[in-house]
Amino acid sequence: MWPGFAIPGVVWLCLLFLVPFYAIFAVAMGRIDPILSRPIPEWNPFYWDPTVFGDVIGDVFGGQLGVIALRTIAYVFVASAICVAVGYPVAYFVSRKAGRWRWFWLLLILAPFWINYLMRMMSWVNLLSPDGQVNQLMSLFGVESLPNWLSGHSFVVVLGLVYGYIPFFIIPLFAALDRIDDATLEASRDLGASSAQTFWRVTWPLSRNGVLGGLVIIMLPMFGDYYTPNLLSGSPRTRMLGNTIDQFINQTTSQGAVGAALTIVLMVFVAGLMVYYLLTINRATEEARS
Amino acid sequence: MRNQWGKPRGLVLLTALYVLWSLIPVAIAVRFSFNDGRSRSTWQGFSTRWYVGDPAEASSVLYDPSLRFALNQSLKLAMLTMLVATPIGVALAIGLARWRGRGSKSSNFLMLFPLVTPEIVMGVALFLVFDNLYDFVTFGTMAQFLGHVTFSISFVVIIVRGRLFAIGRDYEEAAMDLGASPSEAMRRVLLPLLTPALIASLAIVFALSIDDFVISQFLVGGADSVTIPVRLYSGARLAPPPSLNALATVLMVITIGAIVVAGLGVKYLGRRFGGGEDSALETVGRLEI
Repeated sequence: MWPGFAIPGVVWLCLLFLVPFYAIFAVAMGRIDPILSRPIPEWNPFYWDPTVFGDVIGDVFGGQLGVIALRTIAYVFVASAICVAVGYPVAYFVSRKAGRWRWFWLLLILAPFWINYLMRMMSWVNLLSPDGQVNQLMSLFGVESLPNWLSGHSFVVVLGLVYGYIPFFIIPLFAALDRIDDATLEASRDLGASSAQTFWRVTWPLSRNGVLGGLVIIMLPMFGDYYTPNLLSGSPRTRMLGNTIDQFINQTTSQGAVGAALTIVLMVFVAGLMVYYLLTINRATEEARS
Repeated sequence: MRNQWGKPRGLVLLTALYVLWSLIPVAIAVRFSFNDGRSRSTWQGFSTRWYVGDPAEASSVLYDPSLRFALNQSLKLAMLTMLVATPIGVALAIGLARWRGRGSKSSNFLMLFPLVTPEIVMGVALFLVFDNLYDFVTFGTMAQFLGHVTFSISFVVIIVRGRLFAIGRDYEEAAMDLGASPSEAMRRVLLPLLTPALIASLAIVFALSIDDFVISQFLVGGADSVTIPVRLYSGARLAPPPSLNALATVLMVITIGAIVVAGLGVKYLGRRFGGGEDSALETVGRLEI
């Protein structure tokens, strides 16, 4: 009887998740129709043609794509590091030190979570536009040559990524910090540790999984992001891997094979993160079950 | 030595600055949706003209066809997704929680996979399969609906499963000891106990769908299937009038409304059993954009 309940969902996910997932490989390893110059997917792995995929890989090692891939890694790592540096103290304060006003602070750090990402980015486009509030403020302070923030600055894109994703880092970390039993910290104090020692030797190790979980949650979508650099710069100087995928899939009709190959490259980048996340969720549910 | 129980001033300051930085840009965007002028940076007095005004100029959310269609499309898609993904997800959660035989482990992994797959990968995958294999699926509402249901199912499973574990099997077994058939025990005992998780699932799926950007954009069919986030994306860099801010504000109010419904459902209907609020926060923590 129980498998019967699972059947509709399993069938749905097979047809609309597994098969599409496989389609990425079938298209990337397929051939190109010589007349229509459209990709023809090759569903049988024995006939896979690695020409397009090989070209893409060649470009990653030593071509323009290599620059874009390195840039993507750099953006994601810098943005993630800032998220940890800012997000950890915030999550720590709200979960352990906020006292009576905890619910209020929690509400405030949860708020961006439910405001649409594109709305939040649009707000910054607004503030940073040539006649926007940021430049108004700067001219108020007498700055004369006002910059165009949205013309392709790496730091604007990185700060945009931080702004966009940091709430998704703070919340799981908050949950992890919140789970630490006060008695553990009191025991550490009773045994003579200073507050700094207690933090570094008790709180931090106990919250490390929360940090890792939060990092995985923000790094997965960041690696595939294309809308943040597009909105906050739009310049080829800040292109990320996601932008190339967006370009070959959404903006051209005949380059599906290249887009698919790039998606495979992206998945290779994030495979470790995906596996870690998968195993964590699986372990959490196994524990809840027993 | 510093007083350990005193106020951690540095932390308070940092958190306050963070909150201001995270909310002020959005607050400014909302404020200018009420501007009585075309500027999005110079305040010219309060007005609701960008929401409901100017039928002749078609410049408000209500009268500009491209904005109104986006609102309609987003609402339609979210409702459809909610009504289809929730029952499938609830059934899958019950099935996976109880089924221990062959195939249960791999089905479980199959359910978790969409959660950990970056949206752009899922967007490409669905685009390619609709373009090359499932030719009967047209881009636009139908493709977007199929995509939204696909990424929503796993969230429903996670929410409902948390509640299933909290309830345990005792109530159902008691019902069956008292003479209920398995299907009666399911209908009259388990499903009523699952109500809070059901409400939370409906609301969260609605919010996930209406907030989604990547899948909606990859599967867009034409002007008539542009959703609010896709419209915000395409309009943001083109020096738009404040009506775009108004559209974004409407979306924000709808999303927050859905989340409040989810929270209230879990809080008031979930009181009798533990595990409700805690696992709700856990789940929220797992939600990606």
